[in-house]
Amino acid sequence: MNIFKISTKNLLRNKLTTFLNVILVAFGVGILSILFLASTQIGNKLESNSKDIDLVVGAKGSPLQLILSSIYHIDFPTGNIPAKDAYELMQNPMVKRAVPLALGDNYNGFRIAGTDSSFVGLYGLKLASGSFWNKDLEVTIGSSVARESKLKIGDTFFGAHGLNDSSDEHKQHAYIVKGILVPQGNVTDNLVLTNIGSVYKMHEPSGEEEHHEAPESKEISNKEITSILIQYRSPMSVVLFPRMVNQSTNMQAASPAMESARLFSLIGVGIDTLKWFAILIMAISALSVFISLYNSMKEKKYDLAVMRCLGGSKVKIFFLVMLEGLLITFAGAILGLIIGHTALQIIGLYQESSQARLTGIYFVGEEIYLLIAGLCIGIVAAIIPALQTYRVDIAKTLSK
Amino acid sequence: MIKVESLNHRYNNGPILHFPDWTIGDNEQWLLLGSSGSGKSTLLNCISGLLKPTQGNIVLNGTDLYSLSSKAMDRFRGQHIGIVFQKPHLIQSLNISENIEIACSFAGLPVIKSKIFSLLESLGLDGKAKKYPSELSQGQLQRVSVARALINHPTLLIADEPTSSLDDKNAENVMDMLITQAKENSASLVIATHDTRIRNRVEREYLL
Repeated sequence: MNIFKISTKNLLRNKLTTFLNVILVAFGVGILSILFLASTQIGNKLESNSKDIDLVVGAKGSPLQLILSSIYHIDFPTGNIPAKDAYELMQNPMVKRAVPLALGDNYNGFRIAGTDSSFVGLYGLKLASGSFWNKDLEVTIGSSVARESKLKIGDTFFGAHGLNDSSDEHKQHAYIVKGILVPQGNVTDNLVLTNIGSVYKMHEPSGEEEHHEAPESKEISNKEITSILIQYRSPMSVVLFPRMVNQSTNMQAASPAMESARLFSLIGVGIDTLKWFAILIMAISALSVFISLYNSMKEKKYDLAVMRCLGGSKVKIFFLVMLEGLLITFAGAILGLIIGHTALQIIGLYQESSQARLTGIYFVGEEIYLLIAGLCIGIVAAIIPALQTYRVDIAKTLSK
Repeated sequence: MIKVESLNHRYNNGPILHFPDWTIGDNEQWLLLGSSGSGKSTLLNCISGLLKPTQGNIVLNGTDLYSLSSKAMDRFRGQHIGIVFQKPHLIQSLNISENIEIACSFAGLPVIKSKIFSLLESLGLDGKAKKYPSELSQGQLQRVSVARALINHPTLLIADEPTSSLDDKNAENVMDMLITQAKENSASLVIATHDTRIRNRVEREYLL
């Protein structure tokens, strides 16, 4: 029988105290784990979705809202901009790539984005089956859209007005699925992509239908679009181009990098508060483990004296007590990680926005630090009770 | 053979306790008698390596106990000396079998389950191996503590007031058991007591 088994049996004898201590550690680690996983996922999503996009140009309003609606597809657009002005801007020599976006409809909560073939190049989209949209009302859908809506190649569906609500359907025109994308790991998994002409067609009054054959034709100069995603030709444009847009046009230029940083600083206050709350819980759990081990030493001093009497060395008995503290906090840390991942998975299931959905089936190497923190708490909490074992007078204790 | 030579001990500023030299031969059985405060428990603790005497030597089978390091002393005690206390002092979180197993483990000896079960059987505790201390009577618990003391076949079996908290019948049983088991295990036996009920059970006496 080794000291691990004896420690485990000692802990199981006081099930309630052990359980409460484990739960306390687990809550602290769980909250930190959720914060860790969520902020990493949000950071990664922000990064992967805005990769290669230097600037977003849209209607005046909140720049953050413009970024959120045009890149992350989680907010309402600030409004529309004249297509003529937008296409003029897209021809600017400072622009390497410009992707127009026309938003406004959804299918079962998945946003329908009218765009052109440059969108495919921007995100490096690849097809799992079928082809990219070519004509009006043809769509290529993201992998999550296909999976959750159970749409297949050749299926038709009606888009609905608005970005979330499915009640106001455009019954006059049905979209047809021409292709399904491979999972991209970014916002495009949740988008229904079509040409801009299709979006216009949906919003034309009945009987005034126009023919939109070529998606990249510039026959839409009298129309409006939502925004343009811009990639600069050279880093020099970072300063000049946004200033030019903001000062000489009726449009607004917003930098994804700056707005993402601003968003993080806004939510960072909440994250920091929760972090300190979790650290406080972990400190309380350390104190609780310490108190219960310290108190248990009073009733266990006979057991420890007997073990010494039977040949157990001081060092062995010291590690026996240390092990009890470590087992509690290690079990708490493991349970905390399980709680963290499970809670995040449940949060993800109930998130309204599918574009920024969090998942618990996600692991980061840094989680090992939470386990190490759990073990450190165990060591700190157990060291004083364990050192007490050195002071046990065996003869005196056992003669009582 | 155990030799107690020129032994004395002093607790803090208390009086010095002097112990006459004593030689305990192999397989001999002794009663250690004396009134309360005469130093019976002190002498037993010194002999069992639990209390370092102020002066003097304890030599067990040629090994001077107090020349050993703390760790070696613990190991030596576990392997060569079995101790039965006034109270059984079993570990409540372990079952009966495990309470005996730890005596082997801490002494660095292999755990042989069949040996534990046969020892329990010989002490009338068959079927109790998986029970916990809280499920056994006082007499049964004392028998378990005897089994724990004997499991490593000690050279010396020490019992400190093993019958003082037992009724006549249980006291008789425990004495029978100690004497018989010490003989069967070829161990020398020292019983410290002031219990007059057991004075006639052992031939040799060491009086303090």
